Amino acid sequence: MADAAVHSTLSRDQIAANFADAHPPLNAAQAVVAANRCYFCHDAPCIEACPTGIDIPGFIRGISTGNLQGAAYKILDANIFGGSCARVCPTEILCERACVRTAECGEPVNIGALQRVATDWQMAQPGHPFGRSPATGKTIAVIGAGPAGLSCAHGLARLGHDVMVYDAKPKPGGLNEYGIAAYKMADDFAAREVAFLAAIGGITFAYEQRLGDNLQLADLRARFDAVFIAIGLGGTNRLGIPGEDLPNIRDAVDFIAALRQAPDKSLVPIPARVIVIGGGNTAIDAATQAKLLGADTVTMLYRRGPEQMPATADEQDWARTRGVNIRFWARPLRIERAGDALAVICENGTFTADLVLKAVGQRFAGAGADFIGRRIAVDGAYATAVPGVFAGGDCTDGTDLTVHAVQDGKLAARAIDAFLKG
Amino acid sequence: MADLSTSFAGIKSPNPFWLASAPPTDKAYNVERAFRAGWGGVVWKTLGDDPPVVNVSSRYGAVAYGGTRIAGFNNIELITDRPLAVNLREITEVKRKWPDRAMVVSLMVPCDEASWRHILGLVEGTGADGVELNFGCPHGMSERGMGAAVGQVPDYVEMVTRWCKQHSRLPVIVKLTPNVTDIVKAAAAAKSGGADAVSLINTITSITSVDLDLMAPAPTVDGKGTHGGYCGPAVKPIALRMVAEIARDEFMRGTPISGIGGIATWRDAAEFIALGAGNVQVCTAAMHHGFRIVDDMIGGLANWMDGKGYASIRDFQGAAIPNFVHWDDLNLNYKSIARIDPSLCIQCGKCYAACEDTSHQAIAALRENGARRYEVIEAECVGCNLCAHVCPVDGCITMAGVATGLPHATWKDHPNNPSSPHFKHG
Repeated sequence: MADAAVHSTLSRDQIAANFADAHPPLNAAQAVVAANRCYFCHDAPCIEACPTGIDIPGFIRGISTGNLQGAAYKILDANIFGGSCARVCPTEILCERACVRTAECGEPVNIGALQRVATDWQMAQPGHPFGRSPATGKTIAVIGAGPAGLSCAHGLARLGHDVMVYDAKPKPGGLNEYGIAAYKMADDFAAREVAFLAAIGGITFAYEQRLGDNLQLADLRARFDAVFIAIGLGGTNRLGIPGEDLPNIRDAVDFIAALRQAPDKSLVPIPARVIVIGGGNTAIDAATQAKLLGADTVTMLYRRGPEQMPATADEQDWARTRGVNIRFWARPLRIERAGDALAVICENGTFTADLVLKAVGQRFAGAGADFIGRRIAVDGAYATAVPGVFAGGDCTDGTDLTVHAVQDGKLAARAIDAFLKG
Repeated sequence: MADLSTSFAGIKSPNPFWLASAPPTDKAYNVERAFRAGWGGVVWKTLGDDPPVVNVSSRYGAVAYGGTRIAGFNNIELITDRPLAVNLREITEVKRKWPDRAMVVSLMVPCDEASWRHILGLVEGTGADGVELNFGCPHGMSERGMGAAVGQVPDYVEMVTRWCKQHSRLPVIVKLTPNVTDIVKAAAAAKSGGADAVSLINTITSITSVDLDLMAPAPTVDGKGTHGGYCGPAVKPIALRMVAEIARDEFMRGTPISGIGGIATWRDAAEFIALGAGNVQVCTAAMHHGFRIVDDMIGGLANWMDGKGYASIRDFQGAAIPNFVHWDDLNLNYKSIARIDPSLCIQCGKCYAACEDTSHQAIAALRENGARRYEVIEAECVGCNLCAHVCPVDGCITMAGVATGLPHATWKDHPNNPSSPHFKHG
């Protein structure tokens, strides 16, 4: 077997450039031009298309009038992760698809970039934009420091509660820190955003605390007035084909996480030929980053056609323009050794690679409570079957976008507040 | 190809586009660049007595709107600050080099006959085609008894115009200030004094903006500001009205009008000409974009005229004047209502917000299977036209005439009008 840990042929500078901000921020002049394209619609379709219901025309008007403080407040009031959503939201299937400019001329207002203008401005200011209600004396445990957990924690802190946030990893941020392509969250943005939202006060963090391992729900329930579980999915799906456990076959999420945590991307090993199996955003992120690290060929194998692909058309274009080959209708049947390499055998052909990354979906791998099934079941108020225990984000049923997780956390904070007030 | 040449008060020009008396026409260098770009004529920046005035730094304020710069423009610059002899020499040289272009010289001297007689003689020696009397500038010079201080008093306008006609053989164009309640009075005074033509509007007294950090009106000069003269696209409607008011006046009939105020395109020019102007003068648009804008002005106007079958400027000059009537002459029984073309509608809802919040609640915001639909409630629509203006899509909302079966009727005959013969009490 060849060593899959061959270093890239790209220079360190080239790799650093490849992993710089994917969509650099608008400058002041660009922001005004973009903002002035907004029609300030009545009953704006973009607001309805935003899972967190941000007053998009309202904040854009603030940008066009120079009221960036008001713009940022509108965004962050609805979505405390407005900064990361500005970077990672698939706006082309959300607000920007709904934008009336799309219907008018196919070119929506650049809502995502404008949201970044306002949130970047806010994060460059000293202090925190939100105050806290008078202290309630209540404490809540939040398990999981990803977007859902921290959105809930921030909401609870605003309402005057104190929050203890636990996370299994050594750093907060969840998928924002470990699961998203580096160029979407350049310059350590995920960590900066957590620091920004925690600046409201009343939020304490404890790391490397895993539910069901060194963290027990019953214990937490006894010590806190309420518990919010937002532990994400945690597991990955297996291909379920022969050869899956051969060397040099890895989970794409592990590859992405390792890459995100590497301070110097040029030291991340990458072989010449990489295959990514799957068709979601994780597959796109893994394939594109493998290419940007310097792999000669990166091929995505997806079992169905472009219309069925979970990754949006924009994501597919992004990967292709960076040199990723996407093969549709390619369902792997088995993986075999092929000399020093691996052969992925599909119905319609065999693809050879030095490294195979699996990205065929994630699954809930939670533990620690017997009411946990496929995912955690909650009612409309985010309450689980256990009184005082709430849950939201990817560990509950629903759409697995960051923005949905944030909305879950926001609404769960209100539900928990109502519960605590009895 | 349409013939764009004009003869304005006897001054010939290959096209109706002149540069107004302003910074762009202060020197031979600029004027020659303008002529090379194709401008039909210039009104040289206002000359005054020596010693010349002194100008300040900075000099301009501007209104940006919706990301568009210089929607409105304001200046606190005075007349030329160069010695009179330098300007006269350059005017002579440029006119000699460009004999086919109109060379008009703007003048402003103290309100005494000797001053005017003196400078008119000097200008005549340059070979210039005419003079324009600057009775308009609202800042700096008016405080010294010149500019708008003259233009605001019809008796002075008439008196100075008469002096000029007595002491010069050149055509005299009187430039009028809009900073009056009745522009026709000033125009009539100019005509009574013997003016060959009027030009309007000069700039409007204004403060463009306030610097909220310095707490001073812009533009600021060492922390202080002063009122200036407003111009640019924003003033065009004011200028059009004043031109039209003079053009339809009985007494003024036949007096050539040079249209000035916010003209930036051939279409703007065509509108001024349709309301009676014999030519137009441009300043702000050239200061914003440079002299080469005249190329599209010439080409656009000629193409439009060709399309309409107008062979010369005269063919449509004043064509809109008969339709510029007093409110009392409008047909009260004419009715139009808004129509929304659903195939063009992009669901922005601006028509609904405008009508619901600020007009007559005549648009319904509907949801059909989640999709937005905006529909005119015809019984409530008064045909005000607001929705069509706020709609961002050309042609989506149109105003359709509706047959009422009622005869043409004006306020003059309306029973609600106390001065109507059909007035009905209570």
